[in-house]
Amino acid sequence: MYPPKFAYEAPKSIGEAIALLEAGGGEAKILAGGQSLIPMVKLRFASPEMLVDINGIPGLDYMTIDPDGTLRIGALVRHEDLEQSTTLAATHPTLAAAASLVADPIIRTRGTFVGSLCHADPQGDWSATMIALGGRIVVQGPKGKREIDLRNFVVGPFTNALAYNEIAIEAVIPPAKGTPRGSYLKLERRVGDFATASVAVALDMNGATVGRAGCALAGVGGRTIDANDAISVLVGKTLTPENIEAAADAVAAAADPRTDHRGSSDYKRHIVKTFVTRILTNIAHSEQKAA
Amino acid sequence: MSLDEIKIGGMGASRRRVEDNRFIRGKGKYVDDVVLPGMLHMEILRSTVAHARIKSIDTSAAWEVPGVRLVLTGEMMAARNLAWMPTLSYDTQAVLATDKVRFQGQEVAAVIADDPYVAKDACAKIVVEYEQLPAIVNPTQAQDPSMPIIRDDKENQPTNKIFEWEIGDKERTDQAFADADVVSTIDLHYPRSHPSPMENCGSIADYDRATGKLTVYMTSQAPHIVRAAVAMVAEIPEHQIRIISPDLGGGFGNKVPIYPGYVISILASILTERPVKWIEDNTGNLISTGFGRDVYLQGQVAMRKDGKILGMRMHTISDHGAFYADAQPTKFKIGLMHSTFACYDIPAAHLTSVGYYTNKAPGGVAYRCSFRVTEAMFFQERMIHAAANDLGMDQAEFRRINLVKDDMFPYRTAFGFLTDSGQYDKCMQVGMEAIGYDTFKQEQEEARKRGKLLGLGISTMTEPLGAGNSREYDIIGIKMFDSAELRIHMTGKAILRTGAKTQGQGHETTWAQIVAHELGIPADDIVVEEGDTDTAPFGMGTYASRSTPVAGAAVAMVARKIRAKARKIAAHLLEVSEEDIEWELGRFYVRGNQERGVTIQDCALAAYSNIPDGMEPGLENNAYYDPPNLTWPFAAYFCKVEVDAETGVWDVLKFVAVDDCGVRINPMIVEGQVMGGLTEAYAMANMQYITFDEEGNCIGSNYMDYLLPTAWETPGFELHEVVTPCPHHPIGAKGIGECATVAGPAAFVNAVMNAIEHTGVRNVDMPLMPNRVFEALQTGKDVSGMPPVKVG
Repeated sequence: MYPPKFAYEAPKSIGEAIALLEAGGGEAKILAGGQSLIPMVKLRFASPEMLVDINGIPGLDYMTIDPDGTLRIGALVRHEDLEQSTTLAATHPTLAAAASLVADPIIRTRGTFVGSLCHADPQGDWSATMIALGGRIVVQGPKGKREIDLRNFVVGPFTNALAYNEIAIEAVIPPAKGTPRGSYLKLERRVGDFATASVAVALDMNGATVGRAGCALAGVGGRTIDANDAISVLVGKTLTPENIEAAADAVAAAADPRTDHRGSSDYKRHIVKTFVTRILTNIAHSEQKAA
Repeated sequence: MSLDEIKIGGMGASRRRVEDNRFIRGKGKYVDDVVLPGMLHMEILRSTVAHARIKSIDTSAAWEVPGVRLVLTGEMMAARNLAWMPTLSYDTQAVLATDKVRFQGQEVAAVIADDPYVAKDACAKIVVEYEQLPAIVNPTQAQDPSMPIIRDDKENQPTNKIFEWEIGDKERTDQAFADADVVSTIDLHYPRSHPSPMENCGSIADYDRATGKLTVYMTSQAPHIVRAAVAMVAEIPEHQIRIISPDLGGGFGNKVPIYPGYVISILASILTERPVKWIEDNTGNLISTGFGRDVYLQGQVAMRKDGKILGMRMHTISDHGAFYADAQPTKFKIGLMHSTFACYDIPAAHLTSVGYYTNKAPGGVAYRCSFRVTEAMFFQERMIHAAANDLGMDQAEFRRINLVKDDMFPYRTAFGFLTDSGQYDKCMQVGMEAIGYDTFKQEQEEARKRGKLLGLGISTMTEPLGAGNSREYDIIGIKMFDSAELRIHMTGKAILRTGAKTQGQGHETTWAQIVAHELGIPADDIVVEEGDTDTAPFGMGTYASRSTPVAGAAVAMVARKIRAKARKIAAHLLEVSEEDIEWELGRFYVRGNQERGVTIQDCALAAYSNIPDGMEPGLENNAYYDPPNLTWPFAAYFCKVEVDAETGVWDVLKFVAVDDCGVRINPMIVEGQVMGGLTEAYAMANMQYITFDEEGNCIGSNYMDYLLPTAWETPGFELHEVVTPCPHHPIGAKGIGECATVAGPAAFVNAVMNAIEHTGVRNVDMPLMPNRVFEALQTGKDVSGMPPVKVG
């Protein structure tokens, strides 16, 4: 596991980092947590000429909620920060459910939320939760900042919409329009495994009625599957068993799994349906209890 | 007066492992920690394809990379008669490929450079032109006459078949099946699994032209065998070869074979006259070194209605990869597969075996098992499980009817082994009580009404551990005995060396305990050293749970020789005749006057300062031990699972392991061995999957795909013990290192099958991944890991 030669830079500001990316001309990569990048470099799957380590840039490790409820997650927030949060379960149950299922405890202490989004692994957990929540990503380049909807940010397997001279500096999750409910279920073979199939569901409830419904899937397609349209059959409805089944069927139909040694495409689709049903049924039960 | 044996760390003491002092501080010294002056680094270029003719290898660009000292190809090895080397099964294996590559990951070229980065960079500059051939990835394809012959390098190899072998009494077995009321049949596949030691393989070869001495630091479980092999292959005299196996980060059978990397590093050191270090990476280890299993079974059991087994038949079809490199006793072509059913009283049995070459990495190493015993016992317990079901008989009752009874020992098995001791039914009782066997069926029925699927599985077995004896067991002609050498210093401290090689078993702790037991010298006063062929006495190494049965016995025997000499010294010191001397732990005294005595330490001092006339000074000796028989530990495992019908995911609710390994030297280490083995068994049953696509690409050649369980998903294990001393071992001990890996998988699989077989399914092949279990639940049909076409 010996990587090819690369230059290493540790800028102290975002401007400096962008300048280094410019100088790198497409051969420079941002190093944040490094939990995917470093193994790829060691296996020589990736051979960047320069690593731009942003860990020394101050002020990127924030997780804040704006007065309107918008959640902002800085580029150096580690998975563990979300897992350890005492308030996330109430404000963002979908993120809280996923936090302890990302990789393993060792990786969670180092890997970053935003870095994982940039990695754009079709089996990645955070991309699914972000798409279900309607999240966006703030990127900064020589010409300033722009925001990209996560659905447009992940453009393919391990491919994102960043230009070579842009850095993803913040993830933005819009406020819930109602009571936030949701969860994340993942079929994995072992702790630290990528998802065989996983489901992120995020609902904004108005009483017993579904206001906004979001859903995305990992592991069951060539990229994170946006199932927001599929689950929107729930909008304006209550979580009856019939409505839940209709939604689960619609989401399962949106999955695009392929058969491999982890299971047939039918099996993976079945898992998606089972997980959607389980998440929605749980929400229905807790709504009943609350009522 | 007598010493408290537990206090001095003798037999039965759960003494803390002395080696852990350095391991937990990161102070272990592994091969990769060794740095020699002027050392170069070697990297191996591996084949990207599974089966191809090599049209050309262009190394010119690699030579141009600054810092490159040597680039080796098969042609250059061939010029020194080193392109091929013998395997431990009388076959040959390519060191660096010359004519063809025969599996993906095969060694094609090597670069030796100033640092490992340069070596890796230069490897990427080597251009190999392949002419691809169809890849054979299972025995079915190997039998297809339209497929190529993999070993066209060999004369008299017109097919891909390696061997056909049989044992047992065919006629009696046929008669037993003719007489049977019920015949049960099951087909299985035990998939390829990988030993996955934490430390990969590696070596540092250091050839000194001035002295003619070759020193090799090497990850070897059997350094003396390596020395002999190097002497034969490299034509260096044996006294000029020193193999040092320092701390090993696990072995599990993976570090028994001699790998091409070792041989290449040796030649590279001879050519460059510099030390050459080769350290394999994880993928290199997974893709090229000795795997375990990959055997197909067609099994049949003949029974009477009352549950008595009349006979069994087993036909195995094994996939050995591109070179027949099984590490096993010479006489047996498919290891000790015929130890199957050894714990059952079976009048007739017949085993037929056929082995094939395929375009996969060679191996067939005894991954934590005594030569294919894991397959033998897994097949046995899956056959027993199916047979009990086919009879409509309770699983425990069926076993208890057929297990060998206590009063039948010594018992000659249908395949000719002699089992000598055990309390099988007692172990069953202990386990049944602990798991709550009697109430389980009711529990299972009630759970099913609530939509929950519970299952209980049993696995019982005795396995042959501790090869020799030397009459029956040898490896490439070298008889399987072992040795120990003990030196008592004048202050009563000691150094013990054996021909075994610890790799996690804790020899540094337990060997000292045996000496403490025999001599009364506190275990803390004894240092144990292994793995350096210049200092350790000759031995066959550590694998197949043979250390305690063989080397451990040698330790007891050499300590007894020391005690015999010390007794003479004691008589001299006490001025009485030797016949009047009595022994208690750590001390000789005058019969009838227990107050008047001398300690073993007194005798040690006298051996160097006050020797009786005519006696040789000093207090040291050695012992070679050739065991009269194998040792036969017994295991009875009970596993309770719950299967999620919606996903096929299964969880272990409880696991009870009852082990009888005879006398336990260090109970804590025994428990650690059982827990580690059960964890590996769980991994094989639940998640480990290494397979090959139709082009022979290895799927699962990294630890993201090939899974090792973590503490999170590994179930808890409840351990129980029964002690039946081994009648022939000097301290009554039997092997234990592998019982749990061997008996464990069937317990998990039988439990899951018990939870789902109401659907009509008879078998799901390992690993029981959720998708396979779900498929079985949905269809009620078997889920096979076998290739689609029937073989054999």
